[in-house]
Amino acid sequence: MHDDADRAEAPAPSGARSPAVRDGLAVGLATAVYGVSFGALAVAAGLDVWQTCFLSLVMFTGGSQFALVGVLAGGGVAAGGSAIATAALLGVRNVVYGMRMKPVVDRGGPWRRAAAAWVTIDESTAVALAQSDERQARVGFWVTGVAIFVGWNLTTLVGALIGDAIGDTDAWGLDAAAAAAFLGLLWPRLKSMQAGAVAVAAGLVAALTTPVLMPGLPVLVAALVAVVVGWLNLLGRRRAA
Amino acid sequence: MTTWHIILIASAATLALKLSGYLVPAGFLERERPARIADLLTVALLAALISVQTFASGQALEIDARLPAVIVAAALFALRVPFVIVVFVAAAVAAAIRAFG
Repeated sequence: MHDDADRAEAPAPSGARSPAVRDGLAVGLATAVYGVSFGALAVAAGLDVWQTCFLSLVMFTGGSQFALVGVLAGGGVAAGGSAIATAALLGVRNVVYGMRMKPVVDRGGPWRRAAAAWVTIDESTAVALAQSDERQARVGFWVTGVAIFVGWNLTTLVGALIGDAIGDTDAWGLDAAAAAAFLGLLWPRLKSMQAGAVAVAAGLVAALTTPVLMPGLPVLVAALVAVVVGWLNLLGRRRAA
Repeated sequence: MTTWHIILIASAATLALKLSGYLVPAGFLERERPARIADLLTVALLAALISVQTFASGQALEIDARLPAVIVAAALFALRVPFVIVVFVAAAVAAAIRAFG
């Protein structure tokens, strides 16, 4: 699931009751629809319908879900360690989102907190941060999170059943669809020169190491590019003192 | 390791990460360098996944119907076409090349 901050700031249609509810539902609907592609790709990667639905229910963070099934599609169960590591590393950004959302939404007991953490994803955070006051931010967070949770799980099931029915997935171009899905998740993040350079370098490293490393590992090795560039802040803007 | 093991461990890890944002005291990832690395990590992983998904065929590199499909997808994303439509078109491009190529 990608960063929907732009869409969340779209102008208000007249008659909307609350901007936060409107933003949340709009982003939620738009995002939920592509659960279909996740469901179909997961089944194409060899998961059954139950496993696919379990991921959308429990993992519930699109980037990690697509990554897990992508690595399994390329390397099978033997690449399980890399698949887990890739999914976990892609989930690191949710830690940052949780830290940002905590002061806004963490009011109530431990169950409320667990529910908030569960639906802390790109979209719920983006909609919340786009609101002008704290009450609207809280409403936006919950409406977006819950709308996507319900929609994403329903469309995942639909996609999994479709994937199950069509059989030879390469003939239907589902491998190319997976690449396009990753591209769609990456696209909104390419706003700086630094991000663009990291993307190109990581893509190159992954391709060049593919022939020499076990399937799954090239993606993890490519992640080192981010650590090096991020640590040294290569090509980055210096923050004004 | 079975597929279920992989799914359970990965789901537990991602869920734990989500919770940890609410449990650990704010600070570490708010600092500039860790925040920047966390940001770029997402970019690097997604770019690497695109590359492998487009060119890898087992451990060999191969240029086939996937590459034109991804190029079309990039053009459509640049035109701000919605995600689902782009993914669908990319599949259709690859399928058509394989059927008629």
